[in-house]
Amino acid sequence: MSTISVRDLVVEYGGRRVLDGLNLDIEPGQITVLLGGSGSGKSTLLRQILGLERPKAGSISIKGTDITRCSQADLKKVRRSIGVAFQSAALFNSLSLQDNVALTLREHTALAPSIIDLIVWMKLAVVGLADFGKLHPQELSGGMKKRAAVARALAMDPEILVLDEPSAGLDPIVAAELDELIVFLKETFQITALVVTHELPSAFRIADRIAMLYNGKLLAVGTKDEIRANQHPRVRQFLNRVPDNPMHMPAFASYLGRYVQRQEAKP
Amino acid sequence: MANLLEIAGRETLSQLDYVGSLNIQLWATLRGMRAALPLVGNRHRWRATVHQMLDIGVEALPMVALLAMCSGFILAMQGASELRRFGALHFVIDLVAVGFTRELGPLLTAIAVSGRSGSAFAAEIGTMKVTEEIDALKVMAFDPVEFVLAPKYLAALVTVPCLSIIANLFGILAGGLFMFFSTRLGLLLYFRDVLNSIELRDVLAGLIKAVAFATIIAHVGCLEGLRVRGGPEAVGRSTTAAVVRSTFLVIVADAIFTAIFYFVGKT
Repeated sequence: MSTISVRDLVVEYGGRRVLDGLNLDIEPGQITVLLGGSGSGKSTLLRQILGLERPKAGSISIKGTDITRCSQADLKKVRRSIGVAFQSAALFNSLSLQDNVALTLREHTALAPSIIDLIVWMKLAVVGLADFGKLHPQELSGGMKKRAAVARALAMDPEILVLDEPSAGLDPIVAAELDELIVFLKETFQITALVVTHELPSAFRIADRIAMLYNGKLLAVGTKDEIRANQHPRVRQFLNRVPDNPMHMPAFASYLGRYVQRQEAKP
Repeated sequence: MANLLEIAGRETLSQLDYVGSLNIQLWATLRGMRAALPLVGNRHRWRATVHQMLDIGVEALPMVALLAMCSGFILAMQGASELRRFGALHFVIDLVAVGFTRELGPLLTAIAVSGRSGSAFAAEIGTMKVTEEIDALKVMAFDPVEFVLAPKYLAALVTVPCLSIIANLFGILAGGLFMFFSTRLGLLLYFRDVLNSIELRDVLAGLIKAVAFATIIAHVGCLEGLRVRGGPEAVGRSTTAAVVRSTFLVIVADAIFTAIFYFVGKT
């Protein structure tokens, strides 16, 4: 049985259809990468899967619970088994790094403070930030924040890890480190991961399965090789980085020429 | 004509929407407030509440005291310049005592707190919204209303009445100093006169107003913060809106309460 299954999901914002009858299955113990350009509905799908917004139609079940129809209490229960690292890291600025990671442990478990400290240290060590626990998020670099967000997502030992654009805005070296970290987590903890990205090298490095999103629908789902061999024009365009509307230079130049003439004709 | 109707309709709907959100948030927060209470609630929330009380109450104390002293002098001097013509300088004592306990103490406090803390609520919550911290709280299985809003509400409800009592004391003290320097009336005698002129009813009316103002300030500040959509400039706008709307509503509420007390007091 798949861990997350999305069925016929329809989402509209003010009459504009963002997701249109989308179906997706995420298998346990695999890294599924959600690829797609800007505005393809990646973030919308993610917000739906996290239960932050309700869809217009369709259902999403996580470990057998339909989160679009369940009660708040059930939703909370489901959320405790999901660890999320947001695109902007979303660390709590008023808390130190340690407290950020410890927050859920302190409030959702009855563990002793000494054990919580130990767990927090371990999680920070996994992402290579063990020495920075006392710092506040403002004092960290962008890459460190992203890694800290992963540490916080791992705090409750989640079965499902959701990462939104983990390598966006990072330099290639740090991005590669983060990719290795994600693969390491999957191999050591058998974590099920959903990674949203638009960076191709990163996607092909970490993915077990890739789902390509375009205009609110899935274009292609498959392994890396299946996606590479896919002949759909949009998939080819995305993989080969072909621009959509190349600027038409002669037209632009003639428009500019007419504009200058009109300006000069004015007294 | 149709255009005018359209504008009127849209304005009415948006105002109704605002009032509706205020109501929904009020009930949600009242339900969440139990968690912020000491002993019966969650100790983490109570700690946050104490922190907020220090921020809203103790930090605002010097400012409120100074404001009250200045207003006390103003009221006494303006009153004295008129009353002296009738040889009724003595009534300055009643004017200051009754004016402060019933009216100026709570109102000055409310304006100071709405400027200091109402805007801070909106800015803090708005920033949390923009940086996805509110979403992070939700996916970490916390209730943002209970986590962020309830401590602020409880703290405002406790500290604003306390601050308004302190404002009363300082305002009346300023009146006493004025009387001492202008007519050599002893301070002890002055305070005895003050106690003769105010009744318990006046003090209670002032406290009821203070509680209502606290509700308005916390409520509008938090709602403006939660309504932030978009980027940092939206936070700035919401901060301004929080101060403008809460000050406006405080004065409207003051007028309504004063009218009620006036008509109830007559019979």
